[in-house]
Amino acid sequence: MTDAAELRRRTRELLAAHPPATTERLDFLRARFDAGLAWVHYPQGLGGLGAPRALQAVVDAELAAESAPDNDPRRIGIGLGMAAPTILQYGTEEQKRRLLRPLWTGEEVWCQLFSEPGAGSDLAALGTRAVRSGDDWVVNGQKVWTSSAHLARWAILIARTDPDVPKHRGITYFVCDMTDPGVEVRPLRQITGEAEFNEVFLTDVRIPDSRRLGEVGDGWRVAQTTLNNERVAIGGTPIPREGGMIGKIAATWRERPELRTHDLHQRLLGLWVEAEVARLTGVRLRQQLAAGQPGPEGAGMKLNFARLNQEISGLEVELLGEEGLLYDDWTMRRPELVDFTGRDAGYRYLRSKGNSIEGGTSEVLLNIVAERVLGLPAEPRTDKDVAWKDLAR
Amino acid sequence: MSAQPEPALLHSEEEEALRAAVRDLLTDHCDPAGVLTRTETAAPHDVSLWKALADSMGLAGLLIPEELGGQGATHREAAVVVEELGRAVAPVPYLTSAVVATEALLACGADELLGELASARTVAVLAVGLHVAPGGAVPGVRLENGALHGELTGIADASVADVLLVPGDDGDLYAVRAADATVTPHVSLDLTRPLARVTLDGAPGRCLGAAEPAVRRALRAGAGLLASEQLGLADWLLTETVRYLKERKQFNRQVGGFQALKHRLARLWLEVAGLRAAARSAADALASGADTDVAVAVAQAYAARVAVHAAEEALQLHGGIGMTWEHPVHLYLKRAKADSIAYGAAGAHRAALADLVDLRAP
Repeated sequence: MTDAAELRRRTRELLAAHPPATTERLDFLRARFDAGLAWVHYPQGLGGLGAPRALQAVVDAELAAESAPDNDPRRIGIGLGMAAPTILQYGTEEQKRRLLRPLWTGEEVWCQLFSEPGAGSDLAALGTRAVRSGDDWVVNGQKVWTSSAHLARWAILIARTDPDVPKHRGITYFVCDMTDPGVEVRPLRQITGEAEFNEVFLTDVRIPDSRRLGEVGDGWRVAQTTLNNERVAIGGTPIPREGGMIGKIAATWRERPELRTHDLHQRLLGLWVEAEVARLTGVRLRQQLAAGQPGPEGAGMKLNFARLNQEISGLEVELLGEEGLLYDDWTMRRPELVDFTGRDAGYRYLRSKGNSIEGGTSEVLLNIVAERVLGLPAEPRTDKDVAWKDLAR
Repeated sequence: MSAQPEPALLHSEEEEALRAAVRDLLTDHCDPAGVLTRTETAAPHDVSLWKALADSMGLAGLLIPEELGGQGATHREAAVVVEELGRAVAPVPYLTSAVVATEALLACGADELLGELASARTVAVLAVGLHVAPGGAVPGVRLENGALHGELTGIADASVADVLLVPGDDGDLYAVRAADATVTPHVSLDLTRPLARVTLDGAPGRCLGAAEPAVRRALRAGAGLLASEQLGLADWLLTETVRYLKERKQFNRQVGGFQALKHRLARLWLEVAGLRAAARSAADALASGADTDVAVAVAQAYAARVAVHAAEEALQLHGGIGMTWEHPVHLYLKRAKADSIAYGAAGAHRAALADLVDLRAP
């Protein structure tokens, strides 16, 4: 059994053998992976030691104390949070050995080819086709809202392999090499002026069958692992009072008394209270998780987050008055990291419009709360027993 | 802003056991039909339920130290009781006597009266209008030759009180026996927490100490724990409405399957989840003494809208039956609406926050 003391000892060994001050960043990260200290709950040989997940904090604290470099997890979130757990659960031994180490060190960036122009909330209706040809699959279709596609070496991809069965049953899950011929990445410009995301066009892309994850036709189930891990990744860290969007407008209010009106004051206080209550709801949720009693509040946290971001940033533009009529910069840019609370109020106002669409629309989330938390009847299903090719589109 | 201490927002096993015990008692002795019938009598308060709660279960003395005969518990436990009483719109003077009057007496060090309250021999109420916010202006009655003269209106639960805690115009708080005052019931919006006018015509009073700090402390505790009552109301209203909409069929379907209604209920659930966290935060802050003014003001600036919204949605989504006298939803609507004014309306608490968190008015 690997306990905290054992992990501390191994971490110190790693630090002694590869002093961060004199070791190349990438060399250190590779050594850390090989020592099983990358993600301790992963199996031995794949960056872990089969230890309890909670003990990762022990390793992280030791490493932080010595200012060891990390793998810049914000930059490779899709790989760490979505691709890796799916590869671990469904990949072959060979796939795991080839893919997980450079994924974790950040040498190979990952992106996700799921959403399509014709398959948003109804992801299972996706139409990108994969047709068997010898030892390969030939893939044709269009994916959208793909962050990091222009930086990525690999993609997790779901495509339709059988159009003659109902939509959930004819999907297969692949790993796609983004450098292969037929993969074309185009920036997708948003209302903010910048392009965080891409469109990805797939034209006769040949994917070897050895890069399939899971069984043919079982891709929807495999994708659930990916999507469930996405939800786990959201909302883990404690937020202080006035963290996030409300802190921005509160600071402006304090610094700029000439902008204040009675109407704005009442609306600001109302939103401040709502933001504080949403924060407390998150605190309570985290305390429940820590006590081993996950509560249903998680399903609602994103609804709060989206609505409050939109209302607060909207009020902030109004508060700024004459300045609210201006915008910082419409230049088409490709930000590496997205900060919803970054830039000016006008940007925050426009960017937050996406918060109620990305990662599950607020309308779908309300259905989820109504059905899974309150137990109300599900929406009538007209697509359950219909072959994908016969669906309305 | 500086980092705040993280409040403990879950319930302990002991607190859950207390909740279960109170809920069992209320299930057996406080059904909605019985509460409704009682409101149409001359005695809308349920005295036998109060005796069971206060005396048999010892809950009147939760906030009173053990050496005075109380339980020496905290606002966290009291909040559990208040929440369950709210869930049942129970017509008992718990919030007014076991919380608000008790806090005033604790501030004054009135040990003898506290002992009487703890043993459930005495019900006391603070003779300050129910609408007054913590820190709000409190009218005092005239003190003349050691006797009290004047009229106070909007005093909740005064008709079942044995002792009235009356602010005098000299700045002190006085204990007056109800038998020495005239208590006249108002016709109240809230049928289950009736108000009364208290008239003093040369009533003798026993001086307890300075009124201002005692009243402020009492009203702050009342406001903070009122949020738990509002949570109880809202939680019952949401649960009952969801249950009804699963059962009710129109257009050959369960009404709760229509998306327009599902989304309304999901939004309401989200508001109630927020209220649960805010109410718990206020109770915890009253118990710990950390960040208390902010936590109470946040809870009260938020709670009223949620409880009233829950009642209004419940009524609308019940359709015609929700508009009838026979259905209990109006008892909850009336309590929720009255609670939105009790211990200061949301606007008063927002105004307090403006100073507390430095978001000043123009």
